[in-house]
Amino acid sequence: MFLCVFFPGAGGGNDIQWCFSQVKGAVDDDVAEADIISTVEFNHSGELLATGDKGGRVVIFQQEQENKIQSHSRGEYNVYSTFQSHEPEFDYLKSLEIEEKINKIRWLPQKNAAQFLLSTNDKTIKLWKISERDKRPEGYNLKEEDGRYRDPTTVTTLRVPVFRPMDLMVEASPRRIFANAHTYHINSISINSDYETYLSADDLRINLWHLEITDRSFNIVDIKPANMEELTEVITAAEFHPNSCNTFVYSSSKGTIRLCDMRASALCDRHSKLFEEPEDPSNRSFFSEIISSISDVKFSHSGRYMMTRDYLSVKIWDLNMENRPVETYQVHEYLRSKLCSLYENDCIFDKFECCWNGSDSVVMTGSYNNFFRMFDRNTKRDITLEASRENNKPRTVLKPRKVCASGKRKKDEISVDSLDFNKKILHTAWHPKENIIAVATTNNLYIFQDKVN
Amino acid sequence: MECALDAQSLISISLRKIHSSRTQRGGIKLHKNLLVSYVLRNARQLYLSERYAELYRRQQQQQQQQQQQPPHHQHQHLAYAAPGMPASAADFGPLQLGGGGDAEAREPPARHQLHQLHQLHQLHLQQQLHQHQHPAPRGWAAPPAAASPPSSPTPSSSPGFYRGAYPAPSDFGVHCSSQTTVLDLDTHVVTTVENGYLHQDCCASAHCPCCGQGAPGPGLAPAAGCKRKYYPGQEEDDDDEEDAGELGAEPPGGAPFAPCKRARFEDFCPDASPDASNISNLISIFGSGFSGLVSRQPDSSEQPPPLNGQLCAKQALASLGAWTRAIVAF
Repeated sequence: MFLCVFFPGAGGGNDIQWCFSQVKGAVDDDVAEADIISTVEFNHSGELLATGDKGGRVVIFQQEQENKIQSHSRGEYNVYSTFQSHEPEFDYLKSLEIEEKINKIRWLPQKNAAQFLLSTNDKTIKLWKISERDKRPEGYNLKEEDGRYRDPTTVTTLRVPVFRPMDLMVEASPRRIFANAHTYHINSISINSDYETYLSADDLRINLWHLEITDRSFNIVDIKPANMEELTEVITAAEFHPNSCNTFVYSSSKGTIRLCDMRASALCDRHSKLFEEPEDPSNRSFFSEIISSISDVKFSHSGRYMMTRDYLSVKIWDLNMENRPVETYQVHEYLRSKLCSLYENDCIFDKFECCWNGSDSVVMTGSYNNFFRMFDRNTKRDITLEASRENNKPRTVLKPRKVCASGKRKKDEISVDSLDFNKKILHTAWHPKENIIAVATTNNLYIFQDKVN
Repeated sequence: MECALDAQSLISISLRKIHSSRTQRGGIKLHKNLLVSYVLRNARQLYLSERYAELYRRQQQQQQQQQQQPPHHQHQHLAYAAPGMPASAADFGPLQLGGGGDAEAREPPARHQLHQLHQLHQLHLQQQLHQHQHPAPRGWAAPPAAASPPSSPTPSSSPGFYRGAYPAPSDFGVHCSSQTTVLDLDTHVVTTVENGYLHQDCCASAHCPCCGQGAPGPGLAPAAGCKRKYYPGQEEDDDDEEDAGELGAEPPGGAPFAPCKRARFEDFCPDASPDASNISNLISIFGSGFSGLVSRQPDSSEQPPPLNGQLCAKQALASLGAWTRAIVAF
């Protein structure tokens, strides 16, 4: 005889219960454009969480050390450092303004006490060093405490300066600036597993850099046609393989992913593998090309799979199988009949990102109305949650949401026409080890954790 | 897919997007504009298919009426087909009309239809032009073997449609000769190109002062050397060329038309190369006279006032066929 115990609201079995933890950012509805979050990234340990915004700023949050007494939740994330990474620039030759918006942040693995990250806007990549200072030297002979120089003739005795503790200060300084290598807009950066090189990708080219060298980069992919009139696709995202330092992938606006091996040739214009799923002709529409454009590509931590996000779905590909994905998850299929309106209001061009959890068993991506979706690859269950300040006290379990595509709307369901398309979740990140997620709405950052009993 | 917009509105919306992207911060976004150009192409294919289908229907009706009535009454019955406010795109599955993206999606029957419809169109235009010049109407040549057109919606006829589609030369700010300077962002080469409009597009009447031999700008040089008179029916010999070009005004007196027409066709033909010329390329969109399209006001004296977007779309369609060898100013 079986005894079944059901936990109401738990979704059954081993499903995680997600709880609200924190929200960062302004409360008011009037969103300042500079505050719009444009990228979110955990570092390799998960202790640090970086966000970039449209105003060119980077804000880094640090998780406080776990309080052993209060074991009901993991440490909270508090502001650790804020700095202006990029400024708006003007290219006089081309009469173009270069936006300061941070497109991507990628952390380097920690090698010493300092932390390093790469941040990029449309044209320039910068390597930032974030270091702590908690002591300062005192007792100089030639300098006063306020820094003014003393007249050497007034010095009668000598002393040895000593370090004294001070309030913790976190400093960010740009260590390298990688500029002038991209004609088109940079959409991706990815650090190689050798931790010495990284790639940067724009619409038509991918360049390989060495972290120490700023005046040179190698072009490894160039899809610019000789005659631009023949342009049919652009590069939309690129990433290095997590384990093989010679392998990287790039996705295109046509819905294809190419895997390249840098050992094959200096210029990787010819792919080693081409991942492409034939289009379903019954779904053909005016907007087929737009919705098949891939907005993000991410390798699994294992390196065996990769995930792509297009407008309506998330696909998991096995690197050993090129002709179709092994799993496909519909994010918001109910939008397929609304593509016309979404084209009119430009939402169809939104670039959603996606991410893996630490064990590669669950994937997550954002949607509209501040909804975000998670797909469990093992149980094949999915859940829709909302990032909202309403009814969210710490440790409140999030209630699953449901969108009613058509017909009779059940209680607690929301109809497609009531969705707020201005509230979109484009950027999400999953802690590399724990069940902690960071979800960015337009100008707020939400942190959710699983319920710890 | 249910779509509330028709092809023309989509074209207007797309053009507006491209236009506004030029003034956006951060420069022109290549990716977004490429995607918009795909929508533009898809909508244009559908739009042209609709037009030709309607044309064919009109042609058929004409013939029947002709047989019943004396010729001089024809004028009144030449109600120029106007999709005007055509039925929604839902009536036309994109694949059905060959509006699909891939060359493979185009079916040979659709191409053949367009081919024949184009011939009919040329006949129609010749007639129209002759009416301007000679009071007596011409007889119709025997129409080609009928292929059943795709199901078309009931048209709302608006007289003067064709006049609207081929605006008088005065509509153009700079007559046939405006130039655009474009800069290649990679090589920093500056190039000056001719206006994207071909002479045939704007010089619909014999009174165009600048319309010499009708040879367009330098971009069409390769084809310009070929001067041959164009006669309807000639294309039958060139079946494999898929001469299903766009609507284009035929110059009066049969001035050398083929070179430009061929160039335009190259832009339009789905087969030229599978993933190249099918796209109404970004160059012609970003090229000449673009801002004029969006801000142009309809000439209400000549026709019932269409929507701004509608007129824009018509002019855009006329100019999209133009071919410029501009280097992209991205």
